[in-house]
Order: sequence, then C-alpha cells, then structure tokens
Amino acid sequence: MKIEHAKLDKKAGLRSLAKIDFRSSTIVLALLVLWVILSVLTDGAFLTPRNLSNLFRQGSVVAFIAVGMVMVIAAGQIDLSAGSLAGLAGAMAALAQVRWLPALAEQTGIHALASGWLATIVAVLVAVGMGILLGGIQGVWVAYGQVPAFIVTLGGSLIFRGWLLGLTRGVNIAPMDPKFQQLGQAYVSPALGTWLGAVAVVLIVVFTVHSRMNKKRHGFDVRPLWLEAMIAGGMSVIVLWFVSNMNRFRGIPVPVMMLLALAGLFTFITTRTQFGRYVYAIGGNIEAARLSGINIRRNILKIFMVVGAMAGVSGAVLTARLNVATANAGAQFELNAIAACVIGGTSLVGGEGSIPGALVGALIMATVDNGMSLMNVESFWQQIIKGMILATAVLIDVNTRKARA
Amino acid sequence: MPEPKSILLTISNVSKHFPGTLALDNVNLDVYEGEIHAICGENGAGKSTLMKILSGVYPYGSYQGEIYFGGQEVRFATIKSSERLGIRIIYQELTLVPQMTVADNIMLGAEPNKYGVIDQNQLYRDTEELLKSYNLDIPYNARVGSLGIGKQQMVEIAKALSGKARLLILDEPTSALTIDETNVLMHILRDLKRRGVTCIYISHKLEEVFAIADRITVLRDGQVVGTHAASDLDQNRVISLMVGRELTNQYPTRTKKIGDITFQVKEWTVARPGESTPVVKDISFDLRQGEILGISGLMGSGRTELVQSIFGEYGRRLSGELLLGGEPIEIRSSQDAIHYGLALLTEDRKGTSLVLKHSVLTNATLPSLPDLVNWSIIDSNKELAVAYHYQEKLQIKTPTIHALVNSLSGGNQQKVALAKWLMTEPKILIMDEPTRGIDVGTKYEVYRLMNDLTEQGVSIIMVSSELPEILGMSDRILVMYEGTVAGIVENQDVSGETIMRLATGGA
Repeated sequence: MKIEHAKLDKKAGLRSLAKIDFRSSTIVLALLVLWVILSVLTDGAFLTPRNLSNLFRQGSVVAFIAVGMVMVIAAGQIDLSAGSLAGLAGAMAALAQVRWLPALAEQTGIHALASGWLATIVAVLVAVGMGILLGGIQGVWVAYGQVPAFIVTLGGSLIFRGWLLGLTRGVNIAPMDPKFQQLGQAYVSPALGTWLGAVAVVLIVVFTVHSRMNKKRHGFDVRPLWLEAMIAGGMSVIVLWFVSNMNRFRGIPVPVMMLLALAGLFTFITTRTQFGRYVYAIGGNIEAARLSGINIRRNILKIFMVVGAMAGVSGAVLTARLNVATANAGAQFELNAIAACVIGGTSLVGGEGSIPGALVGALIMATVDNGMSLMNVESFWQQIIKGMILATAVLIDVNTRKARA
Repeated sequence: MPEPKSILLTISNVSKHFPGTLALDNVNLDVYEGEIHAICGENGAGKSTLMKILSGVYPYGSYQGEIYFGGQEVRFATIKSSERLGIRIIYQELTLVPQMTVADNIMLGAEPNKYGVIDQNQLYRDTEELLKSYNLDIPYNARVGSLGIGKQQMVEIAKALSGKARLLILDEPTSALTIDETNVLMHILRDLKRRGVTCIYISHKLEEVFAIADRITVLRDGQVVGTHAASDLDQNRVISLMVGRELTNQYPTRTKKIGDITFQVKEWTVARPGESTPVVKDISFDLRQGEILGISGLMGSGRTELVQSIFGEYGRRLSGELLLGGEPIEIRSSQDAIHYGLALLTEDRKGTSLVLKHSVLTNATLPSLPDLVNWSIIDSNKELAVAYHYQEKLQIKTPTIHALVNSLSGGNQQKVALAKWLMTEPKILIMDEPTRGIDVGTKYEVYRLMNDLTEQGVSIIMVSSELPEILGMSDRILVMYEGTVAGIVENQDVSGETIMRLATGGA
C-alpha cells in the first residue's frame, strides 16, 4: 500500500511541478520577451550593465511594498495606503536628520546624533517605526474594528498624504546626510558582490542536496534528479548573471541588496512558518481558519504591521535615492505594488501568491518605465502601457487557470 | 404510465477521461418521457460527471460518445445551450441570491422588460402565477435569505420550471432538508410527473429513491451496473449493486467501553451575534468517556449553534458553564477549545471546514501546526510524516498529499477534514453532520472510525439530521426543539417516531 502511494505521488508530483513551473515560467518568459523587444528598440542601450543597474535600483522602491502586499492580498485583504505611507515615512526620515536630530544634538550636546551613521540609523528607525505604527493602527481598525481593509486603507491613504503635505508645506526637504544617501545610491563593492554571489550559489546547492537527502531519509518522495539539478542550475545561472552584470557597473546597488535580503526573509516566512501558513489559510477560507484555532485578528494585525514596515523601508530608500523628501513621494506606489503582485500570480480573492512572483511582477513594471524613458516615450504612454500590461496579464492568467482547472 | 413509453434522452457510449482516471466508462442510458429516473452510486461513481456533460458544463468534444434529446443528437457547448432545450439542473448547493426576493430570483436572467427596464408588476404577476400553478407555498416577495433551506429549494425548483423545463435533474436535493421538507419535495415531484415533466433524481437516500422513482440506474466506477424498474429492486439490492458487495449492516458493531462523565454543559444559553433573544436556551447535558451522544432535531432547532458556541465560535453566551473532568473551563475561542482537547468537524465542508484551494497537507495540519513548529518554523519532515500517517490511516484517496482538496471527491474531502481534527488528538470530538453528502462506503468507514475512537476513550457528540444514523450510532440521544432540550433518551428500544415527536415539540 505504502509503495503504491509513493509511486502515485512521484508522477503527480511531476505533474504539479510542471504546472507551477508553467505558471512562473510564463511571467519570466514575458519579462524576457519584453527585454528582447526593448533592447532591439533601443539598439542595445537597454541591456547595458549601467541601465540594468538603474532599472533594478529604481524598481526596488515599489518592490519593497510589493513584498508586503503579497501577504496582505494573500490574506484576502488590501492596502491602498502603502504609497502615501511610504511618502510620509520617508519625509519623517528626512525631517529626523535635517531638523530633529540636529536640534536634539544641540540640546543634549551629543553631537554624534547630528549626522553620520547614528543619524542614519535613527532616521531609518523613524521611517520603519512609523510604518509599523501606522500600519498597525490600520490593522487594528480592520481586525478588531471589523471595517473592510479597502475603506480603512483608503482613508489611511488620504490621511497620510494630507499629513505629508502638512509636514512639508509643499517645500522639498533636503539635503540628506551623505551616509543616509548611501542607502539609496551606494553600491556593494564588486569583490563583496562576487563573494555574495558565490555564497548564494553554494547555498542553493547545499540546500537542494540537504533537503533531498532529508526527504529520502524519511522515505518521502523526491523529484527526479535531473529536474532537481536543472532547477538548482538555473537558479545559480541567474544569480551569476545578475552579479556579473552588476559588477560590470560599480556593483550591486545597496537598495537592491536590501530588497533581496528582505524578499528572502519574507519568502521564508510565507512558506515555512506558522504565521505564513496562517496568512494563506485566512485568505483561502476565513471561516475554516477561524474554526481551526487560528487567531484571525492577531494575524491580520501582524500582516498590516509587516506591510507598514515595508512601506517605511521603501520610503527611506526612496528619500535616500532622490536625496529629497517631497509632498508627492510614493504616489501610486501601492497601485504599482498591487499590479506587481497580481502579475506575479497573487490571487485577489486571497489564499494564493508568492513573493518571488511579485518581484518578477515588479521587475516587469519597472522595465516598462525604464525602457520607455530610454526611448524618450512621453510619461503618459508609460501609464497607459502599464495599465494594459496589468489587464492583459490577468486576462491571460485567469483564462489559462480555467483551462488547466 | 398510460401512454407508450417514448424516449426523451439517450446517452450513448459516453466516456469521459480526467488526467489519471476514467470518470465515465462507456455509459449507456435511456430516460423515458415523463418518468422519474433515479441514479444511484457512491461518490466518485460518475454521477456528477454525467450530469455535467448533460448540462453542458463539460462541453461537446471534451467527452466521447453521443447524447440524443427528443430524438435529435445534441452537442452542448455551454450551459445555456442545454437550458435552451429545457434541461435544468438543481445542484446540491443552491444557486440563489439571498439578498433578492423570491420573484427576482426566479426570474433572474429572464425578467419581463421593455428596452431593458424591468416591468416589476408583470414580474410579480408571472411569479405568483407560476408558484400557484405548481402549488408551491412561498410568498413571492420574501427575501430568499430569510427562508429556510427547504423553501429555498422550492424557489430553485420554481426557477427551473419557469424556463419550461422538459428534463429536471435534481442532484442530492434533500441532503439539507428535514423530513417534512423532504415529504413536501416528494409531493411536488409527483405532481410534476403528472404534468409530464421528466426527472432525473440523484440521491444517496434510498428510502426517497424507492418512494419516488419509476426506474433506477446504478453507477459504479464510471460504469452502468444496471437499470431496473424500482419495483424489481429493494434497498439492499441497490446498495450491493452500488458497492459491489452485500452490505449486511450499515452500522458497524462496537464494543462499548463507556466510562465516567468527562464533559458537562450546564444551563447553556446563547444569542445570535448582535441579537439578544437566545437561539440556544438553557441546555444542560453530560458526556461520558467513550460515549457517542447523538444530537437530533429539525433544521433550525439550534443544533449547530449549540456545538459551535461550545467551541467558542458562535454568538454571545448569556449564561452557562462548561466542565471538563469536573473542573470548570472557559472557552472563548477555537484556540481555547483545541487547547482543552475539543475538536469540531463542521457541517459545511466548503464554507467552514476546509480551504478548498489549498492542498491536502496544509488543510490536514492546520489546527495542529503549533505542535509541528520549532520557534514558529514548520518542521516539514514532521509535518509530512504525520500527514502521511493519517492519509494512510483514513485511506484518503488522493493522487498526492500536495493535491488541492477541491480536486477530491466529497467523501475524501470529509476524510481530510476528519484527519485534520484527529491530528489534534481530541478528547471530545464534535461532529456536525459527519456523513452529509458522502457515499455509503465512506459512511461506513466514518462509522467504524467513530467506533475505534470511542474504544480508545474519545467521547463523541454527533449532530445529525439523519434519523437512521442517530439511531444506528448513538448511545444516548439529545433531541432539540426550538433551542431547548426536548429530551435526552437512552438509545434502547427508542423508535424513530419517538425522536420525531420530541423534535417536533410533541410530548
């Protein structure tokens, strides 16, 4: 009986894998097609290391929010305030280093607070803390106040944007501390980049082998060896290609490195932890989750704190990159993040979605922005094209899903 | 039948493949004009697949074989094309809009209108006429959500009839109905038959089938085992055709090991969320170790509300206490309930029990996840090991443990739900309609499992609408009537009539 089960499992495992790969490979394929088209249209300017570096760096601000947004949407919720929150948190980080900390340093006589690394750390903590706090308040409203997330975060978006306007009075807050600027503008040195890339490849191999051995030891089914080797090999090639390209232009941008680290962390959280499992269960069937002993409210609150924190990171990085906090910073980031999630296969009815998918989605959105800027296409076209890509991506996804169901 | 039997529907050599399975294997079937033709079979026998082909859900081209309707070959591309010919299906799960009125629901999609503006008066008149002509006792202007399940079913039937149905297909229509409501439905169907409406009736409940059907077709593993006049068969014969073996007893025997009182509910009174009038009133009962306490009562008598509120997840408690092993306990949420060793298998697999679009694995381990983590990180090996263990133990038939639950048959879905709760190793297992909508074979497995559990010292509270099940499985029976205990009786020499009398408010 046991053997029979295992045999069945092996075949079906392959089938389900083919299905997953079909889904994720279609978006990756779409991205590649887009890149080929753009490099042809720009006579290769698009694919230069310099431009790719820019592309990743620009895309990362929205991608931070997309990482949090995957969890929000997978739990059957929505956050329309993340962009405004990012703008507000970024402005607070700016105010902290431009006004508050120097004033505090003056009063207390601790001059290390006025600038440098300490000021930078405090400024980032202000942005992230603000994000967690305001995200948390919205979470309380949704989870304990039972107000739909759409309404709470719509209200939140207006409040945060208004607050931001009040803080800045429409005047730009600048310049940032040089150390703070590095968050958005600096590069990981090529040597360190190469080293990190090598470590990543080793980790991929070690992890693949380890999990395979582990499964075998416990008598669970494993994927065929060639498939496993191909997946690990493919991932390694992507890592090496990325590192070598970035190294040909100064190195991996710091914000991209931060994004990769946070995305890795949250991928682990969503796929391997109790909290992650609960996020998807709540989005998949809230009643079943409730009756299975899951504390719905506490988990929804946590999710909004996570997306708030990511908005804070996004705001800080944005302010650092632009070296200025403005009143319209982060405008429509949440919509771009939602689009990135949806293009990346997150279901708006909840229960499904992956962070790597959302990253590819964010990359597609950033590619359109970047490519069209390169081609000197007016910005209104960028919006139109992005809108069409979003609608088309979902059209294709919904219909292929039906066909495969 | 006075007239010579002409054939309305012929299914000829129909086969349907799914990846890995042959759902229908060369099915041949004739349905006569004006007959009630019952189709019986275990879950997974192919009934639903056959009906989906008939209704155009699986379009022409996705199956092999031919279908003839009224003498013509038909090739349905969509549900619309089958409806146009007068084939109407009433599914197990109702498809009404609860916020809309009866009339609006019945006429949905076929509203009398001029240039897109609905003629509301005409709509009401048409509906009233329709309801009256079929003797359906439903107010046309009531909100569907405010009606009981039985009435909603009638609305669904009326909706089908409004489209001039020539062939009415009912898929497990009585699974949510009380006995009275079932009787009304039977009456309506006989009336429809007199008016010449042909009917295909799919049901697990053989008493109904024999009460109403002219002919019975039995499906097993995608094949037609046989079509016979109902008068040539009896229930045992049909069951043996369905399962391919003689079932001598529907309820397995058990060695009773009943111990001391473990769980007590005292003066339990609960109001609906946001209301002050109680829906569960002053209920007290004891539960012994290794005992099966059946809870019987009509739909709406407060059974589900009682068990869900005990589990900490329904309404507002106005009074009452719970004692576990003599000690008072406080259950404010399902987390508390699980902590104290309670488990609740809910009645609604799709709505409250399972996350259908997630895998067997993640569904099965959801409540026991806290025991499968280190520092909140899931121990995948441990998780897989325990999931495989329960898959084996309950014989859950799934291509892989990672398959989505909505790809499984109803019986196997129920097993996943059971596995999910058994994994928490409960001391008190509450089962709300444990065998609703599952086939005879799986039912028997569930019953055997219940017996095993009680022998191991687990106490079971079983809510059921099916009297035979209540009488066949319980040690004691608690009968509810309008939120109160109408009586608690030892299950010895108790007749179904006694239970029904209590459940309907008789002394």
